[in-house]
Amino acid sequence: MDTSEDILHQASPDLVRGSETARRSKAARLSPSFISWLQAGPMMLVFLAFFLIPLVFVVIVSFWDYNEYQLLPAFSGRGYTDTFEGCIAQLPDLCTIGKTYLMTLKLCFMVWAITLFIGFWVAYFLAFHVKSKTWQMGLSLLCTIPFWTSNVIRMIAWIPLLGRNGLVNSGLVKTGLINHPLEWLLFSEFSVVLALVHLFTFFMVVPIFNSMVRIDKSLIEAAYDAGATGFQTLVNVIIPLAKPGIVIGSIFVITIVMGDFITIGVMGGQQIAAAGKIIETRVNALQFPAAAANAVILLAITFLIITMMSRIVDIKKEL
Amino acid sequence: MTETTGTKGVSRRTLLKGTAGLAGLAAGSGAITGFPYVKSADAKVLRYLGTAVNEGDDISKQCLKDTGIKIEYITATTDDVTKRVMTQPNSFDVLDTEYFSLKKLVPSGNILALDAKKIKEFDNITPVFTKGETPGGKKIGNQGTAPWKVLYLEGKDSKTFSKTATEFVTLIPTVYNADTLGIRPDLIKRPISSWSELLNPEFKGKASILNIPSIGIMDAAMVVEATGKYKYADKGNMTKEEIDLTMKVMTEAKKAGQFRAFWKDFNESVNLMASGETVIQSMWSPAVTKVRSMGIPCTFQPLKEGYRSWASGFCVSKGVSGAKLEWAYEFVNWFLSGYAGAYLNRQGYYSAVLSTAKAHMEPYEWAYWMEGKPAEKDIKAPDGSLLEKAGAVRDGGSYEDRMGGVACWNAVMDENDYMVRKWNEFIAA
Repeated sequence: MDTSEDILHQASPDLVRGSETARRSKAARLSPSFISWLQAGPMMLVFLAFFLIPLVFVVIVSFWDYNEYQLLPAFSGRGYTDTFEGCIAQLPDLCTIGKTYLMTLKLCFMVWAITLFIGFWVAYFLAFHVKSKTWQMGLSLLCTIPFWTSNVIRMIAWIPLLGRNGLVNSGLVKTGLINHPLEWLLFSEFSVVLALVHLFTFFMVVPIFNSMVRIDKSLIEAAYDAGATGFQTLVNVIIPLAKPGIVIGSIFVITIVMGDFITIGVMGGQQIAAAGKIIETRVNALQFPAAAANAVILLAITFLIITMMSRIVDIKKEL
Repeated sequence: MTETTGTKGVSRRTLLKGTAGLAGLAAGSGAITGFPYVKSADAKVLRYLGTAVNEGDDISKQCLKDTGIKIEYITATTDDVTKRVMTQPNSFDVLDTEYFSLKKLVPSGNILALDAKKIKEFDNITPVFTKGETPGGKKIGNQGTAPWKVLYLEGKDSKTFSKTATEFVTLIPTVYNADTLGIRPDLIKRPISSWSELLNPEFKGKASILNIPSIGIMDAAMVVEATGKYKYADKGNMTKEEIDLTMKVMTEAKKAGQFRAFWKDFNESVNLMASGETVIQSMWSPAVTKVRSMGIPCTFQPLKEGYRSWASGFCVSKGVSGAKLEWAYEFVNWFLSGYAGAYLNRQGYYSAVLSTAKAHMEPYEWAYWMEGKPAEKDIKAPDGSLLEKAGAVRDGGSYEDRMGGVACWNAVMDENDYMVRKWNEFIAA
């Protein structure tokens, strides 16, 4: 506001002085809240056009009916009832959707726990052990190097390494550690988790590192001075202060893994169920309402997880 | 003041008149025809939507040379091709797709049938499509969406398939093949003769099938029938009970760890086989050739229960009319005139018009690919790379033997929706 008035004064001082009333009314119109809206406007429009409106369409279509070749715009809960088919009848066995989400959540939890562990210590090292800013910067950039190649290539690169006759297996057989190649190295939950951790640990490192470098070093010194051990400082000072970073990183990793079907497909040999995979199969069979219903369910569950996480830490307050 | 305005007005009007007159003159004299956009409209361009099977660069280059039609390929997977026809029918001119998608495409009204009378070689199209038998007279299995069931429409804009021949052809046939299991003879070390071997515990953790539900379940049905567990009335159109039964057999095998992985695209199937992750799996002919060209033994194993076949052909988008429609006919006629057919035959596929393709192939090539005779000379791929050394015989033998041995065709079932849900259950099991 100040800036715009200054500019006005500089540009035509006479005009401004001459029409005091006009200036006042203008100032009243350009209230601070209006300007904040104006600043947030472009992002809001993009958000509206490319996220909210399509999302509304997805929800609407999820309640439509369909046949082999077209959408039938009449209300139908078929997309949902089909999805939960057998969930009560098959008890105590899990139905398809139950099994699928159990598997998705299991993979999600494993990947989250491992990326958090690795990400936390990488960030810790960068923030507290690397003293010079230049080195911090240099090493952070080093972490981004794998991102110069595409996701798909980084994922596929594991296959010749982990295969039955791959590098790891032939190495182990040659050294005599094992007699037969390990089958579970590839096309298994292990390979899926490995690839996902490899792909997404960096999304944990960045926000945690960001939180950690903003921790006032004198707080840590104070903890030592007060006689805290290294472990006590970590638990009582560093982790609480790095929480926003941890939560943001977790949201990144969890939302990506919940919706992933490509990595799970390729590394799991297409034999492991994933919430995203169900959507893909439905879309490929031109069953768009059923796919939309599954997308809404996935969104609801992911949203639930994120809400629970933001209960633990109020991100808005911490930022 | 008034005067000035007046003068101004007049002068402006005069100016406008003058310009309009000039423009009119220019248009009348034809001076404007030199504009670039008019010229580009003269170039014959067809947007060609299809899978990668027929979309060779050599084919489009030769077509431009022979007919002046420039082909712009839009390549997608079979599923995506269908999706695109449904959702963006104006984004392509010529469509190259499989017969089994017709059950979805024709009712949508987004494609136009072609007129058989305008296809020069239509009467020379192999009887595989028109009569359901080989040129030698062998009856071909008609389970699934066999092409002759969906080849004709009752009328120009009809959405009903005609049982008898009409002039309205849904898809002008282009390419087809008979698929079976690919095996690694060096790792299996014994003869394989039945689909049931796919679920043989001997190959536990070393088998694979296709992860395209509508095709995967057909391979599964071939296996179930081969084991003697059940005999289907029509593998390509199962009842709900039959789907349950088929998926139950497959689910048990999956839980027992029979499958190493499922594959979805050409390269995945090649990699699984070449790396030795699998030794027996459903496969496509050129994928077997690719593995072999890497120096790894791989056989496209003929099996006693027969082959699962597929076929594709051309139609046009409903938005195509006038000159563009004529170019489409010109292109389809060119495609059947031999060059493209020979090209496809040399990849291990089959061309729709055999006589014209034969004229474009060397006699020794024809003998190897189509007659199942030992190769007199080295067999080369269309790009010139070596496929087989002299003396080799094609897996499965001659055209008569391979196409004559077809048991069923790729299909979309009436219970497709149920089948897709069961497939997801199978993956989750």
